[in-house]
Amino acid sequence: MAKYIGKRLLRSLLTLFIIITIVFSLLRLMPVEGYFQNFEKMSSTQIRVGLQQLGLTDPLPVQMAKFWKGVFQGDLGVSHKYRVGVSVLDIIGGKMPLSLSIGLCSLGIALLLGLPLGILMARSTRTRWKIGDRLGTVFVVVIQAVPAAVYYLLIQFYGSRLPGASMFFDAGRPATWLLPIFSLALGNIAYYAMWLRRYMVDESNKDYVKLARAKGVPTAEISRKHIFRNAFVPLVQFIPTSVILTLMGSLYVESLYSIPGMGGLLVTAIQTQDNTLVQALVLIYAAISILGLLVGDILMAILDPRITLGQKEGGR
Amino acid sequence: MALFRYKDSKTQALADHLNETAQRQFTQEELFQFAPYDPDAGERGGYSGYSYWRSTLRAFRKDRTAMFFLCVIALTLLFTFLEPLIPYDRQPNTIYYTERAEINLFTRQPVLDENGDPVVKVSLAKDLAPGKEFWFGTNTIGQDLWSQIWAGTRNSLAIGFAVACVDALLGILVGVLWGYVRKLDFLFTELYNVFDNVPQTLLVIIISYILRPGMGTMIFAMCLTSWLQTARFVRNQVVIIRDRDYNLASRCLGTSTWHIITRNLLPYLVSIITMRMALAIPAAINNEVFITYIGLGVPLETPTLGNLVEAGRKVMSEAALRYQLFIPVIILATITISFYIIGNAFADAADPKNHVN
Repeated sequence: MAKYIGKRLLRSLLTLFIIITIVFSLLRLMPVEGYFQNFEKMSSTQIRVGLQQLGLTDPLPVQMAKFWKGVFQGDLGVSHKYRVGVSVLDIIGGKMPLSLSIGLCSLGIALLLGLPLGILMARSTRTRWKIGDRLGTVFVVVIQAVPAAVYYLLIQFYGSRLPGASMFFDAGRPATWLLPIFSLALGNIAYYAMWLRRYMVDESNKDYVKLARAKGVPTAEISRKHIFRNAFVPLVQFIPTSVILTLMGSLYVESLYSIPGMGGLLVTAIQTQDNTLVQALVLIYAAISILGLLVGDILMAILDPRITLGQKEGGR
Repeated sequence: MALFRYKDSKTQALADHLNETAQRQFTQEELFQFAPYDPDAGERGGYSGYSYWRSTLRAFRKDRTAMFFLCVIALTLLFTFLEPLIPYDRQPNTIYYTERAEINLFTRQPVLDENGDPVVKVSLAKDLAPGKEFWFGTNTIGQDLWSQIWAGTRNSLAIGFAVACVDALLGILVGVLWGYVRKLDFLFTELYNVFDNVPQTLLVIIISYILRPGMGTMIFAMCLTSWLQTARFVRNQVVIIRDRDYNLASRCLGTSTWHIITRNLLPYLVSIITMRMALAIPAAINNEVFITYIGLGVPLETPTLGNLVEAGRKVMSEAALRYQLFIPVIILATITISFYIIGNAFADAADPKNHVN
């Protein structure tokens, strides 16, 4: 196991290098006129000087070498467009904690509500009228069916009439945190409930469950100790990734409530062609998401001892 | 309830048949004859005529809600193609004009000419509520929403089906190989990491910069990244079952990898994969809505649900204009709900344990 993890970490470094190379080259394919606001009025000398200042006139390998040298010295460069002259790390460092705290709150709520909802739905499929399953399915279906951009808008529109709530986010007032956190959690609640129900229904037809039922184990105990444990294995792989996704923030919610977070930073940086900012963001996101995939695999192997990750005798 | 009634009628039929045979009068010769002996009869199983897909379909057909939504999807699909043929001659991209009485801005009264008749002025037919002339009303620049919405649904469904097909093919193939063949684990994990971390926004921008922006480009850009999640999903499932005893036994018997994949792994995953595929079409449509939201969607002269929802979102704060948002959202929601319910019912039907009763 440890050997497998070590090997995968080493390989990840190579992958990270490939990702950055690809993104670096793709960024160099972007149109030149995107770097300047008044491209039409500039003379060719001005354009050349401008490109030289951005360091874009060197051959690609030289630019790459410069970038990696900076990375190893902990310097990811300064932003050219988003906030001119400010260090990229400062920009990200100022925004990340806010997105992270909002995201983690909403993920916590989603797990606390979504998993019990999934269990409830799966259990009520065995009852005569399946009321819990039907109501839950209606909720999941509505959340899945209406585009996120639309129901976020409706929540903001009607939710902000509640006492204490506001159309806009204010870090100092806890009441204004509620609406964005709630909006973000809804999608995840539906996601976890839907898949947990699916896995639990599939699992509850298995023979070991029938045996437990025949032995007279109480239904609550069967679904908690036997079915849930097995059904949760595939979901656990996604939890580290979900935590990482919260780092990126939500473009919709953050722009609706004017939260100064990470949401949309990458999109804005790409659209304004702020190369250094894009490279830094891709490097950071890639590093954490590779780690997330690995942690998910490890969690899965811990929760279900039958799963082996490394090379095993008889493995193919 | 329907199931109970079905069962009752079966039992009744069986009882009738038994009574009939019992009450039949046998002649003396018939009663004392040797029955023909068939040694194979004892070997025949109860489910000799069992076919997996036929049973799945039968179980699926019993679910009335799912059948209803299947009809909804089929009708929607049919209607998007038949819509240009119905006698309602408005084009999605034509801007319509209407004659309105001119209104004095200060007095709010209609302006009258020297004869005392209101002065009629030709203006854009914009923001007209749904009515007889424009069935779904018009949008903010005077285009007809009825034809825009059906053309948009047609385009969005085309995007959805194309992306979901690529998603299914590539996703399942890569996912199964990634999960089962340990030697390829390295290759595919890193391939996934590479593809997953190149931002979709960057790809969409560069692809529409190199190629011409339009439907094809959008489908291509979405296909490049959409299969990743399915592959990872399938891979997780395969990792969970690849070392179960029955697979170990197969490997010991020397079954080829291809045979194990198609006979041992995939049948086990049918229910989960169909559910995933049913959600892939609405997910692709919603992804298109998102790409439009960040301003990289298909050009406005190609109506899609993404373009329509985005246009509706902009006028949402005015209560009178909300129909421009709600009509496309209702259509989008109907499509998603139908696929979800069909997928769920099919996944239930695909589990052989639900076939017996």
